[in-house]
Amino acid sequence: MWLRDLLASAMVLGIYSLLMAALWVVLDAVDVAFTEAAVGAGITTVLMLLAIALTGRQEKRSRARPWVPLATSLGTAGLLIYATLGMPAFGDASAPAQLHVAPYYLQNAQAETGVPNVVTSILAAYRGFDTLGEVTVIFTAGMGVLVLLGGATKRRRKLAESSTDESPSEDST
Amino acid sequence: MSDFLVLKVVAKLLIPFILLFGFYVQMHGDYGPGGGFQAGVIVAAAFVLYAIVFDVKTARRVVPMAVLVSLACLGVLLYAGVGIANLFYGGRFLEYGTLAHDPTHGNHIGILIVEIGVGITVAAVMLIIYFSFARRR
Repeated sequence: MWLRDLLASAMVLGIYSLLMAALWVVLDAVDVAFTEAAVGAGITTVLMLLAIALTGRQEKRSRARPWVPLATSLGTAGLLIYATLGMPAFGDASAPAQLHVAPYYLQNAQAETGVPNVVTSILAAYRGFDTLGEVTVIFTAGMGVLVLLGGATKRRRKLAESSTDESPSEDST
Repeated sequence: MSDFLVLKVVAKLLIPFILLFGFYVQMHGDYGPGGGFQAGVIVAAAFVLYAIVFDVKTARRVVPMAVLVSLACLGVLLYAGVGIANLFYGGRFLEYGTLAHDPTHGNHIGILIVEIGVGITVAAVMLIIYFSFARRR
């Protein structure tokens, strides 16, 4: 699919995210589907639309030849698809993912935490430190946006006011 | 968007239910799918809808930036505070079992509080990012 209209691209991305969410539901990963639908299809699309409203709707035509990036991404995709041939079959009981800590969680999580949803107990309790890190990452992202975008407009407005109110000689000091 | 009457009425009808669903996902995350991350995004989406249909300025008066920043900090501190409390109760960092006499019960309480912290931070940060982008127009 080849689109120069960025608004359409953002919509396609949101639809793709929603389809991925449906795929997660089919694979019984309801929590992941929920996150994908809320974050991927919802908030990300809104942020993309905001960014497009700030910058412009049409992609600029670039003169650069895309052959090297195209070859790199096609090569990587080929390697990844080749690697999937070595993966264990879907739902294989002897797959490494099923043999490590997963059986312990499935057998003991409800008895140890009193929480029937194993995903929640793993996220918040067994990997609580991990989730604390994730929350800190989100917090840092918000603070970063605030520092980059929030303060700048205020300062620019103040600069604009001072340049109109005061004479240029005072401005230069 | 001052003259889209249908949009305004529908948004006014929808927003309370979106918020209610957000709180349901937050508090019911231990029994069904959901949790702090999803609930935070849903609650933020309600305010984003309000800001889109009405006005970003009006939405910013409903939730001022100072409140959002304090909420974002509060969520992280609530999460880390549970870990610190565990240290004081004689456990290790984030060992929720020490919060109650019965370790299972303590784990459940710990998970609930931690998820609330996650939800508060995620909702606040999503709105901070949205408002920071939206007001530059």
